Amino acid sequence: MTSHDMRRSKNRRGGRSLAPVLLAALMASAPAWADAAPGATACTGCHGPAALGSAIPSLDGHAADEIVTRMHAFRSGERNATVMDRIARGFTEEETRAIAEWLAKPEAARHAQP
Amino acid sequence: MPSRRALIGGVAASVAAAVLAAPQVRAQTQPHVIVIGGGFAGASCARALKRLDRDLAVTLIEPEAAYLACPFSNAVLAGLRGIEAQTFRYDQFGDIALIRKRAVAVDAERRRVRLEDGTDIGYVRLVLAPGIDLRFDALPGYDEAAAAIMPHAWKAGAQTLLLRDQLAAMPDGGVVILSAPPNPFRCPPGPYERASLIAHYLKTSKPRSKLIILDAKDAFSKQRLFEAAWQELYPGLIEWVPLSSGGRVTEVDPATRTLVTEFGNHKADVANVIPPQRAGGIAQSAGVADQTGWCPIDPVTFESRLQPAIHVIGDAVIGGAMPKSAFSANAQAKACAAAVAALVRERPPAQPKLINTCYSLVAPGYGISIAGVYQPRDGLLAEVEGAGGASPLEAPLSVRELEAAYAEDWFRTITSEVFG
Repeated sequence: MTSHDMRRSKNRRGGRSLAPVLLAALMASAPAWADAAPGATACTGCHGPAALGSAIPSLDGHAADEIVTRMHAFRSGERNATVMDRIARGFTEEETRAIAEWLAKPEAARHAQP
Repeated sequence: MPSRRALIGGVAASVAAAVLAAPQVRAQTQPHVIVIGGGFAGASCARALKRLDRDLAVTLIEPEAAYLACPFSNAVLAGLRGIEAQTFRYDQFGDIALIRKRAVAVDAERRRVRLEDGTDIGYVRLVLAPGIDLRFDALPGYDEAAAAIMPHAWKAGAQTLLLRDQLAAMPDGGVVILSAPPNPFRCPPGPYERASLIAHYLKTSKPRSKLIILDAKDAFSKQRLFEAAWQELYPGLIEWVPLSSGGRVTEVDPATRTLVTEFGNHKADVANVIPPQRAGGIAQSAGVADQTGWCPIDPVTFESRLQPAIHVIGDAVIGGAMPKSAFSANAQAKACAAAVAALVRERPPAQPKLINTCYSLVAPGYGISIAGVYQPRDGLLAEVEGAGGASPLEAPLSVRELEAAYAEDWFRTITSEVFG
């Protein structure tokens, strides 16, 4: 086990009654999507990797601030949209910020595990 | 958990091999999560689980070699698309153990799944994504044999092709009847998208024909948008008969292709009967479906309210305000996977927030949509107020064209995420 594994394992809660083998497995793991902002994982249902070449813009390579600004413009109606205005209105400023921070991570880092 | 246990090498691939070779023997270093059903919900969930925690052993149980997707299958009926564009093989599942057998029983107490060949497999948590079963006991005269004459085409595949071929063989001037079920059912706007695309086919190929929708409801999804588009694109071609005007079909006679309502008989040249539905069979036998035939769940974890350690996602659930759609299934799958991954590691699950977007084609190049944002409230998935809704009723054709293009690209993106 690496020191990185050890660091990650300190974050977990509970686990008092776990069998030793399960505990070992637990310490070797690091959740990734579990830490995704609420709602964030739904985005990729439409917004795929840039390589797919879709008419729906990919969210790859966008800075968090850029996503927040755009969502704000969708929410206020300042930016024209087909469906994003309707979706953006379902998220508060804080929720949007959290989603943007998660989406702004490179794909590999979103699911990074030691 | 099984009493006979053995330690095997730690990687998931060897677990997969072990599961297939000797299902009674399990690796102990990896908690085992089983997903039953390889549709939009189940396949998404299996992938998300593995992505979240690569030290979980994830098994996907799905008897078919390929998935036939329902979204866009209405375009197949209308001759606008080949069935191969709907077909996705299960060959991109990497380190997820894929078992190509039917699951026939679940022992919730002992946490074991039994397969059709008699083998049984233990799990720490089980995710059921069984989709729907068509109820062949709900509409007098409509059983499986009747479906070979009056296709439902509500599961894509042979039924889609049967209905397509019947439409193609129908002479000009024929009457197509579509019978739409009461709520809840898979894909609320589906029957009306189907009516639209069949109307498009009739208008272009058999212009003297007519389409009647016999509906068990008085209202339907995106209704104003559909009705406005029908008036604009297919004037006089589509007749919608709501419940209050005698639209509810009470009996069918496949021998004469007759649909019976309280107000009289309708004889069809082509009859598309979409019967009432319920959660897929394994949900009933696992004891996670209630008397409605659907599965009550905790909206935070998607854990069954009826059985512990069994989670249910997709069309089978009682999803509150969330419709039974492929987009919902995919979003629920990822939220459920996060909850399952947390629970397996004895961590508290996070409060999810979910999104749905459903596109419908009214004609080629003419798309409309409905969207919603959802969160747990009062034990159900409730709509976030002030968000969501349908496309604007008044919009230039360029907006409809854009939504039609987005619909196609949504399908490409989601199927590539789910099936690889």
